[in-house]
Amino acid sequence: MTARPAANARLLLHIDWTACDGRGLCTEILPELLGRDEWGYPIAPGHGSDVPVPDRLAPAAEEAVALCPRLALSLRRRD
Amino acid sequence: MSPVTQAVRPTVAAPAGTARLTSGRAPGFGSHLADFGPIPSLVAEGLLEELRASGLEGRGGAAFPAWRKIEAARARGRSRGRRAVVVGNAAEGEPLSSKDLTLLRMAPHLVIDGLLGVATTLDAGSIHLYGPESALPAVARALAERPDARAIDLRPSAETFVSGEASAVVSALAGRRPVPQDRTVRLTEAGLNGRPTLVHNVETLAQIALIARFGAAWFRSVGTATDPGTRLVTVSGDVASPGVLEIAGGTRIGDLLGFAGADTAALSAVLVGGYHGAWVPAAGFSANLAREQLAPFGAAVGAGILMALDARRCPLTLASSIAGYLAGETAGQCGPCVNGLPAMAEVLHRLARGDRNAGLPAEVRRLAELVTGRGSCHHPDGTARFVLSTLTVFAEDVAAHLGGRCAKDHS
Repeated sequence: MTARPAANARLLLHIDWTACDGRGLCTEILPELLGRDEWGYPIAPGHGSDVPVPDRLAPAAEEAVALCPRLALSLRRRD
Repeated sequence: MSPVTQAVRPTVAAPAGTARLTSGRAPGFGSHLADFGPIPSLVAEGLLEELRASGLEGRGGAAFPAWRKIEAARARGRSRGRRAVVVGNAAEGEPLSSKDLTLLRMAPHLVIDGLLGVATTLDAGSIHLYGPESALPAVARALAERPDARAIDLRPSAETFVSGEASAVVSALAGRRPVPQDRTVRLTEAGLNGRPTLVHNVETLAQIALIARFGAAWFRSVGTATDPGTRLVTVSGDVASPGVLEIAGGTRIGDLLGFAGADTAALSAVLVGGYHGAWVPAAGFSANLAREQLAPFGAAVGAGILMALDARRCPLTLASSIAGYLAGETAGQCGPCVNGLPAMAEVLHRLARGDRNAGLPAEVRRLAELVTGRGSCHHPDGTARFVLSTLTVFAEDVAAHLGGRCAKDHS
C-alpha cells in the first residue's frame, strides 16, 4: 500500500512520462510514495506528474532520481 | 470605461454589433485597411495596458489572460537579455473546429497585425505562423501583400490532434516531431531554443489587432463582464447550418444552436469544448456559453466548439467512436496515455455495442481516473473528461444498454 503523500511537503518529485517506460525501480526505492499501475508505471494516488515528497523520504527520492535508468525523475522545490 | 491610453486613435469607425473579426468585406490588404484602418503604433505598455483592461482571454482553449502571457515573456526576455519568439498558432488538430482556418481565409491581415503588434511589444527576435497546409495559401498571399510582414516565418502544422498543443508547436518549429514535451518551466520562460516563447492562438491575435485599434472599452461593449467581446465558434453535428459563427461572449447555448439552424427540441445534448469537452444536456440549453455557467457540467468554452446531438441517436455509440479516435491520437510518448486510453475506449465500446456486463461503467470510470493527470499534455485528462461526462449526462442510456433496451439509432 502507498501512504498518502504529505500535503505540506516542500519537495516535488516530477515524473517525465515521455521518458518513463515503467521499469519500476522508483517504486522499489519509494514504496511508501509510489505504487505501480497495471502497466507498471509509477502512480501516487491523488497526484499526477508532480508528487509531494515528505522530508523524511527526501534521501530516498534523491536516490530514485539518481538511479532511474530512463532519467525520467527530477526533484524540485515547491513554489 | 474609457481607453486607458491615449495611443488608441482609430481612423475608421469601429465595427458595430457582433460581427467584428468577420466584418471585413474581403481578405485583401486594401480592403483590410479600408475596413479597419491602419494598425496604430502603440508603445508596448500601451498595448499591454489596453489588453489587460479588455479582459481578452486566449481563444485556443486554455482561456489564459492574453496580456499576462505577453507580459511573462517580456519580463523573462528583459531579465535574461534573450529576445523572445512569437508564434501565431492555427493548428486546429480538433476535427470539430474550423474557426482558425475560416479566420485565416477571411481576415488574414487581422492575424498578421496582431502578430506584428505583439512582436513589437516583445521586441521579438523571430516571428512564426504555424497552421495547416490548407490555410497557408491564403496566408502566403496576405504576407506578400504587405511590406511589414517579411519577417514572418510561415510553417505548416501537422494534422494530428495534439499538434496544436503549445509545446508540440515549439517542437515542430525546432524541427522535431510535433508532439508535446515534458515541461517543468513555462514556454514564456524557456521555449524555442531556450528563448522566451509566446504562443498565441490566431483568433487571440486578431482580437488583439482590433483592441489595439479600437480600445478595451469598445471590446467590452459586447459580451458579458466575465466573457467580454466576441468569439468565433464552430457549430457542427445535428444542425441545419453547421459552420463558424462570431457571437457575443456569454451567448445562450440555445440561441447559439438556433443561429446554426438547430431544432433544439429535437436535441438530447450538445458537446461543448470539442472532443476534450463535456456534454451539456438539453435541460442546460438556457445556460450561457460562459465559464461560470458551464462549470456545473464540467464544461468550458475552450476553443468555441459545439456539436449538437439528435435525441434519436445513441450517445454511447457516438462517444465510443470518439473515444476510439482519441485513443488513436495519443502521441505515443506517455505510458498511462498509450495504454490507458485504448483500454478505456475498449470498455466504452463494449458498453455501446450491447455487452450487458454491469461492471463496465465502473471500469470506464476507474480507467478515466487512472489516466488523469498522468501525461506530459492534457490529452489523457481531456479524453477522460469527455468519457466521464458521457456516462454522467447519458446515465439513462447507460442503463438502457445494460438492460438491453436501447432503442436509439446505433449507426
